[in-house]
Amino acid sequence: MNFELTEERQMLQDGLRRFLRESYTPTLRAELAQQDAGFSRSIWSGLAEMGVIGALFDEDDGGFAGAGFDISVVFEELGRVGAVDPLIDTALLGGGLIAALGNDTQKQNVEGVIDGSIQLALAHGEPASRFDLSHVESTATGDGDGFVLNGRKAVVINAPAADHILVSARTSGDVADQDGISLFLVPTSTPGMTLRGYALVSGGEAAEILLDDVRLDRAALLGGEGSAFEAISRVQARATLAISAEALGLMESIRELTTDYLRTRKQFGKPIGKFQALQHRMADVLIEIEQARSAVINLAGHIDAPADIRDKHVSATKNLIGNVAKLVAEESIQMHGGIGMTEEYELGHLAKRLIMVDHRFGDAIYHLERFIALAVA
Amino acid sequence: MDLNYTEEQQAFRDEVRSFLAENLPSRLADKVKFGKTLTKQDHEEWHAILNEKGWLAGNWPTAFGGAGWNAVQRHIFEDEMTSAAAPRIVPFGLAMLGPVLQKFGSKAQQDHYLPRILNGDDWWCQGYSEPGAGSDLASVRTTAERDGDHYVVNGQKTWTTLGQHANMIFCLVRTSKEGKPQEGISFLLVDMNSPGIKVRPIVLIDGEPEVNEVFFDDVRVPVENRVGEENKGWTYAKYLLTHERTNIAGVGFANAGLENLKRIARAERANGRPLIENPHFAARIARVEIDLMAMSTTNLRVVSKAAAGQAPGAESSMLKVKGTIIRQEINALTRTAVGPYAMPFASEALEDGSNLGPVGPAYAETATAQYLNNRKLSIYGGSNEVQRSILSKAILEL
Ligand SMILES: Cc1cc2nc3c(=O)[nH]c(=O)nc-3n(C[C@H](O)[C@H](O)[C@H](O)COP(=O)(O)OP(=O)(O)OC[C@H]3O[C@@H](n4cnc5c(N)ncnc54)[C@H](O)[C@@H]3O)c2cc1C
Repeated sequence: MNFELTEERQMLQDGLRRFLRESYTPTLRAELAQQDAGFSRSIWSGLAEMGVIGALFDEDDGGFAGAGFDISVVFEELGRVGAVDPLIDTALLGGGLIAALGNDTQKQNVEGVIDGSIQLALAHGEPASRFDLSHVESTATGDGDGFVLNGRKAVVINAPAADHILVSARTSGDVADQDGISLFLVPTSTPGMTLRGYALVSGGEAAEILLDDVRLDRAALLGGEGSAFEAISRVQARATLAISAEALGLMESIRELTTDYLRTRKQFGKPIGKFQALQHRMADVLIEIEQARSAVINLAGHIDAPADIRDKHVSATKNLIGNVAKLVAEESIQMHGGIGMTEEYELGHLAKRLIMVDHRFGDAIYHLERFIALAVA
Repeated sequence: MDLNYTEEQQAFRDEVRSFLAENLPSRLADKVKFGKTLTKQDHEEWHAILNEKGWLAGNWPTAFGGAGWNAVQRHIFEDEMTSAAAPRIVPFGLAMLGPVLQKFGSKAQQDHYLPRILNGDDWWCQGYSEPGAGSDLASVRTTAERDGDHYVVNGQKTWTTLGQHANMIFCLVRTSKEGKPQEGISFLLVDMNSPGIKVRPIVLIDGEPEVNEVFFDDVRVPVENRVGEENKGWTYAKYLLTHERTNIAGVGFANAGLENLKRIARAERANGRPLIENPHFAARIARVEIDLMAMSTTNLRVVSKAAAGQAPGAESSMLKVKGTIIRQEINALTRTAVGPYAMPFASEALEDGSNLGPVGPAYAETATAQYLNNRKLSIYGGSNEVQRSILSKAILEL
């Protein structure tokens, strides 16, 4: 048994931590809100140059790592600074699917992802799908040698900045069938595809996408017709690991901010951290964050396991993260008092990002049910 | 023991209900239902309608132009107001300052200010908290030094709710540094248009500038604007806080929130079935509803004691803690219910007049903003920790 990071990962962590500390200056967040994509292109290039994006892909795909613990190291660091860079969307979801399913021509995009020149988004969720991965109402019908896509895609994160959007649509089967889901690599400027972009509570941007007779060549099809479900489940599992590790990083920073505040804020002539009522609650926060860390380790260690074992860990971890995230965010705001309610103070952004984790890739209740189904079966 | 309202009380409830049905503008009710931010004009419009009927100041004695209701009537009124999605009555003048002036103000202050509160001539805000004085309110440091027939005020107040709308602020200021901190505080009424006052908005985590910092730089305030005696302000401040704590349980808000949550959970679908049929989600709703049913009765127990003339004491701390836990849980479940559509940040959704339709379902638009905003419930008006300390001292005698 060994819970130490390998030398390579330790270097990755140290380098990334330094880079992010320097890049995420106190004024950056306000500046980002003004930018077109909701994140900083220059930080993105910096991440690519450091090899952070390459660390999320294995050697066969042009990267140099790509294991569960590489993902958890990278995203915990991103979480610590409340980074809004769309690494989940461009690298793990978009890049991951192209690497898994693409032909040689399509795979050239993975190079672009790793060198930082391409942005991607996965348009899979729909207004009525909630967290159900097999629920796809959008359709792709054969049209000569190509396809025509129709439907709506919901809360597609990073779509406004994306060069290409990976769009799922049903080529056969019923609305909730796993079989019959196909993926298409669609340039954002394709006629018939309209984006309504907006900002997110957690920072960054997303869009609602309308597919209105979007005509595509057969070459746009990514992987086999009707068989994209498994690959989508796999990248979603990796993305869930990423967002869980990010949540852990957020929790660690929030804990630091809150303990610092408890030490320095004085009321009734002493630091509020001297009140036992708060000490015990902060101790509970500490205990739960350590639980979160172990849950992330469990998932990172099983991310390449067979799908049933992997998914049991996905659900266990995401359920626990969802519950702990709520506790940590709410307790830290409460123990700050009024200052914790303000947009200006750093806690606000970190706590909101942490709360929003429960709204992506399945919330605590969704994963509780899924865990019951997988663990009992 | 009888859990039902008396006939008289039922008649009163029906009267309130039909008044609201006829007189509450649907434009305002819709804004309340969808969690939109009410403008100053919205509040003023609704206050004027209630004032016309004589119902704006239910808690004031008739001698001062109030309705003179007892605690049960006030409870019924508040309950009906929230069920009808009426804007809440802005509390600063009516619920807070009014009773203080009636009890401790001079005749001249009563004659001048009370009608102006009813008529909407003044918008008051509450200048208690300071950067260094939150839970420990007695440590206020804003000073008022006597200079002839004026006080000269210097310092800073913060978290001043809706101070941007206000033309008047009531403040706790330090007039003496002798003795215990509570013994050197005075209660001053200050015109916000006085030279030397600056107001700076503070944006909260839901993106709304709901509170403010108020800076005082050599602000001259006539001595006749002091309420009661010099250095006795703490007594008046505490009296005001007991009034701030009426309707503290927020049962009406909780009921309205629960109804809204159920409506959403019926509309949302998870795995092809309505979310409300999901046993895990349904169990969470049921738990909070069960809590709310019991708390409503705890609230009524306190209300009827108050109506019988026994001033609620530490019980209101109980209602504050339980009431805020319940409302915050309802807000959290509502955020959870809307799923991925909790993520869009719809700043313009909170204002009206936005010409784009909502990004997702209309009911999802403000779910996250309301959840975030209502984290304040357990912080202000005496934090839940402070309330628990009161309970352990006053009731448990620990
Ligand atoms: C949205 C909002 C609106 C407000 N509106 C107004 C207004 O209009 N006018 C006004 O005057 N004020 C207003 N307030 C201020 C409010 O009353 C204070 O925020 C509150 O009193 C807490 O003070 P604080 O923020 O300084 O927190 P602190 O007092 O610094 O408390 C920080 C944390 O320590 C805890 N704590 C403090 N002392 C103890 C103790 N002895 N034992 C255990 N725990 C303790 C608190 O409960 C809290 O969790 C508002 C606040 C908010 C958030």
